[in-house]
Amino acid sequence: MALNYFQPLFEVIRDKDRCIKCRACERQCANEVHKYDGDLDKMVSDSHTCVDCQRCVCICPTQALKIVDNPNTFRNNSNWSQQIMTEVYKQAETGGVLLSAMGNPKEYPVYWDKILLNASQVTNPPIDPLREPMESKVFLGKKPKNVTFNEDGSVNTKTSPTLELSTPIMFSAMSYGSISRNAHESLARAATELGIYYNTGEGGLHKDFYQYGPNTIVQVASGRFGVFKDYLETGAAIEIKMGQGAKPGIGGHLPGAKILEDVSRTRMIPMGTDAISPAPHHDIYSIEDLRQLVFSLKEATEYKKPVIVKIAAVHNVAAIASGIARSGADIIAIDGYRGGTGAAPTRIRDNVGIPIELALASVDQRLRDEGIRNEVSIVVAGSIRSSSDVVKAIALGADACYIGTAVLLSLGCHLCRSCQTGKCNWGIATQRPDLVKRLNPEIGYKRLVNLVHAWDHEIKEMMGGMGINSIEALRGNRLMLRGIGLNEKELEILGIQHAGQ
Amino acid sequence: MKKVYVNEEWCLACHLCEYYCAAANSGAENMVKAFANGNKPIPRIQVEEGSGINFAVQCRHCDNPLCVKGCITGALSVKDGVISCDESRCVGCYTCVLSCPYGCIVTSENSKVIQKCDLCVKNNNGDPACVKGCPNKAIVLEER
Repeated sequence: MALNYFQPLFEVIRDKDRCIKCRACERQCANEVHKYDGDLDKMVSDSHTCVDCQRCVCICPTQALKIVDNPNTFRNNSNWSQQIMTEVYKQAETGGVLLSAMGNPKEYPVYWDKILLNASQVTNPPIDPLREPMESKVFLGKKPKNVTFNEDGSVNTKTSPTLELSTPIMFSAMSYGSISRNAHESLARAATELGIYYNTGEGGLHKDFYQYGPNTIVQVASGRFGVFKDYLETGAAIEIKMGQGAKPGIGGHLPGAKILEDVSRTRMIPMGTDAISPAPHHDIYSIEDLRQLVFSLKEATEYKKPVIVKIAAVHNVAAIASGIARSGADIIAIDGYRGGTGAAPTRIRDNVGIPIELALASVDQRLRDEGIRNEVSIVVAGSIRSSSDVVKAIALGADACYIGTAVLLSLGCHLCRSCQTGKCNWGIATQRPDLVKRLNPEIGYKRLVNLVHAWDHEIKEMMGGMGINSIEALRGNRLMLRGIGLNEKELEILGIQHAGQ
Repeated sequence: MKKVYVNEEWCLACHLCEYYCAAANSGAENMVKAFANGNKPIPRIQVEEGSGINFAVQCRHCDNPLCVKGCITGALSVKDGVISCDESRCVGCYTCVLSCPYGCIVTSENSKVIQKCDLCVKNNNGDPACVKGCPNKAIVLEER
């Protein structure tokens, strides 16, 4: 193009005094930003293709690199921001839908940050988790309404299949195809070691990972990729994906370029063809239809596995969740509008859906009001960023949390939000063999284990502070929460009081 | 005895091991100083790459080392399984350079004596610098 309407987003700053011209940055950049210029005997860079993934910054042995926002600015305008203008230029040039990856980065309120936790003082002593037993184990699935006993004292109540989690955290659905084999292996091995679950996403399950089946949730999504008898039987639970927080109401599209031999075999589609997941499940147009799928999957697996139904948090989420609870599902997973994705239309990602905090509070309240809260467990997703988010989610009524973005961060992701390009320099969201090998699962799985252990310790510390020694006693315990800087309506929906009350 | 091994499955050919090795053995305080003023210290490890397969090679510390056998002055010796060079005895005949089947003995940048990997036992690095610096655990120090 003769005339460039927009400038690079970032600028590479190289400290010439520190650069030793080792060319590691050049070798590690899939976007070909860095280059050694033999004539000048120095490293040069072209910032146009830089996505600010920070790989070069991390790999540079002399800390000679910095990536900064390009200081070049359009004339300041509070309405037409530089980003909006750039997007218009981009669309005028390409005529295409804007694509983005990872979660909604816009400045919407983060309700987790407007909720404070309680702690015990004087009248109800706090508990020191390092000295006293502390329980963070949870079971997901239907809970019986009452328990009856036989004459010999043994339990007579028939219980439904459940998932046992050592801590209320699971790894969100990320398909093999959208993320690399090594990323999947890291998730599978970490979940197994931690006694929690990871989720295959809708890309099927690679044969090599069947060994991790007892800690795998297998997903059935609208594209039905890789779904067959062995797949369903291998998983510990089956998840029907109705929607995704990052892109509610639309399907998915994995470009043919990423469908290499292994992905093609796992997804059961020809190599090089686009993997298109339709927006709806074409056999589900009502709660009754959903019930049919729930029970077909239960029938196929002899009623031995809980079935999860995952939806995006949207406007009528409470009513939808109520329907799902009545459809026979054992667990409802709700994905908030900040949830991540490998690719989504930018406008959808940034403008559709509602915050998970509000969705969770209204779903939990609705199910309790209707007396069916015990029929389902609630798992929340969509930007659970820390152990305090987990604690707040549980106090708002969740049984467990799905974490996805935090998992990818642990594996090296720096949220450059360019997954859709398939050139992930961290070996996560790519299928290019030379990039995939950058993520050694031996390192990756240990980092995930560390992350969840750390969060588990922190969860126990916060519970102890509140004088609670079992996560069951925290669930839905909204008295432990206070809002700060929230209006009456927000407090009403969250079902919490304002700080000071 | 623990030796340095390379797993080519994880080697990214970033060549950082070469730079960590060269800097560690240069005696300089840090890597910037080691390479300052156009200095180019020679590493004792070298990455071989091509056709998508990469791996770093350095002294294998052979059980029956040809370099030690061939050394005309006794500069090369084996101590606790580690083959190292006594630089005060080396006369720069390069018999060892010719006899090493792995090509792991290199010359030094500013004198005639040879240099080779001694698992960083002679510098202040502790564990071998290549092992510590490898970003993908492709180079490991272990018993096999």
